[in-house]
Amino acid sequence: MNKIIITVVGKDTVGIIARVCTYLAENGVNILDISQTIVQDYFNMMMIADIAGAKQPFERVAADLEQVGKEIGVMVKCQREEIFTSMHRI
Amino acid sequence: MINIYEVNETNNMIQHENLDVRTITMGISLLDCASSDLAQVKERIYRKITTMAKDLVPTGEAIERDFGIPIVNKRISVTPIALVGGAACQGPEDFVSIAQVLDQAAREVGVNFIGGYSALVSKGMTRADELLIRSIPQALAKTERVCSSVNVGSTKTGLNMDAVKLMGEIVKETAEATRDRDSLGCAKLVVFCNAPDDNPFMAGAFHGVTEADAVIHVGVSGPGVVKVALKKARGENFEVLCETIKKTAFKITRVGQLVAQEASRRLKVPFGIIDLSLAPTPAVGDSVAEILQEIGLERVGAPGTTAALAMLNDQVKKGGVMASSYVGGLSGAFIPVSEDQGMIDAVNEKALTLEKLEAMTCVCSVGLDMIAIPGDTPAAAIAGIIADEAAIGMVNQKTTAVRLIPVIGKGVGEMAEFGGLLGYAPVMPVNPFSCERFVSRGGRIPAPIHSFKN
Repeated sequence: MNKIIITVVGKDTVGIIARVCTYLAENGVNILDISQTIVQDYFNMMMIADIAGAKQPFERVAADLEQVGKEIGVMVKCQREEIFTSMHRI
Repeated sequence: MINIYEVNETNNMIQHENLDVRTITMGISLLDCASSDLAQVKERIYRKITTMAKDLVPTGEAIERDFGIPIVNKRISVTPIALVGGAACQGPEDFVSIAQVLDQAAREVGVNFIGGYSALVSKGMTRADELLIRSIPQALAKTERVCSSVNVGSTKTGLNMDAVKLMGEIVKETAEATRDRDSLGCAKLVVFCNAPDDNPFMAGAFHGVTEADAVIHVGVSGPGVVKVALKKARGENFEVLCETIKKTAFKITRVGQLVAQEASRRLKVPFGIIDLSLAPTPAVGDSVAEILQEIGLERVGAPGTTAALAMLNDQVKKGGVMASSYVGGLSGAFIPVSEDQGMIDAVNEKALTLEKLEAMTCVCSVGLDMIAIPGDTPAAAIAGIIADEAAIGMVNQKTTAVRLIPVIGKGVGEMAEFGGLLGYAPVMPVNPFSCERFVSRGGRIPAPIHSFKN
């Protein structure tokens, strides 16, 4: 298991999750958990995914997803899970 | 499993509150580079640094990408050069040539500062120590990335007043040698009492002789995060205030610990320490002064400033200590004037004076830091200020330091520009009465009675 956190922030529009999930499916990234909220029309999503079986290395997945985000006008960010577990779990 | 609120909290800290890791500093021992042949010493130093640290910058950048956390600086500290060059250097110019090699090596591996052009003279000076100290003005004028420090006292040894007097003159000469750049050389020169061996922050970083061959230290930061957290605690009592600071410091330090462990693992260099310092930058919102204002002061320097800073410093340590397996370095709130917009504003509004800053250094790290003073301040007055600050460190068993910039050609109220993270500073007045007869006595001030613990 090699967990990453994908966050998507931006103006809400049709098909944001679909686009991101399509990319992940095509590249062998397994989604473990999804949560989302909408704050004042702003779409805010977080995914926990496993890249252990991914076809691309982490850096490539992160760069590609950033590009996908640009195409649909939202900000997509990939980070390794440890930064969050370090900060929020003892 | 991590939830969306936790993820958002972390990412807000990074994107909106200036959370970053201030520095990954690789300490490298140069003791094995010593030789009586100067050319050989220089060749060994260059080879060792460029070999050991060749992956430092790319590794730091990879960690930034993986975790999405900015790592502002990648730096190197080395063994005090007075020890390494002692056998080979016959005059100050020989030491200057070593400084130039350090500068080249730093440029080659892509670090913005290299610290350790240093001498440890808390009790006495060897010939090499004195030659190195006398070479500092030219070394800092002729290099871009080299940082220098001199330890002139400690709780165990007392104060070496000969070195204090000499450093007053050296600070002045360094200012003259870099007068065309607002005496920038002095921003890279620190005079210490109780200097730590494992400090990752410049300009005072050096790799102490008690350290391993190479080691990774990390300096965390995050004044902006503390300030935003405290906004939510407005009007609450001290218990709530302290809890808020501790929790925030814990979170910030955990990020530093993660980065340190990753850097250590990837570079195959042992992890040394995390330095738990609140280090400000000139960016708006990244200020220790603003935290003190959020705590309840109209401006830094107002009555209550020392108490507020003492509390802040203590809570940062209490929160940070549990977050890291090894804590060291300076570990405390920094109060540099030129690198903190809130401090600059306080000086401009005459809320903050040199004397109040001195009082503040009694309760926090690290000392009188990045303070511009008039260019015509006598060397003896600078030595007197160094002696005062070192005495605070010696008696209170803590690190203190002085990084004063006598800006040649400028007077009180004028502005000195240092650029980048070093910021800018209004020139502050210095007490005009003389201490010439005091600093000229020669010899040492003995160690205080409470240092005899055996």
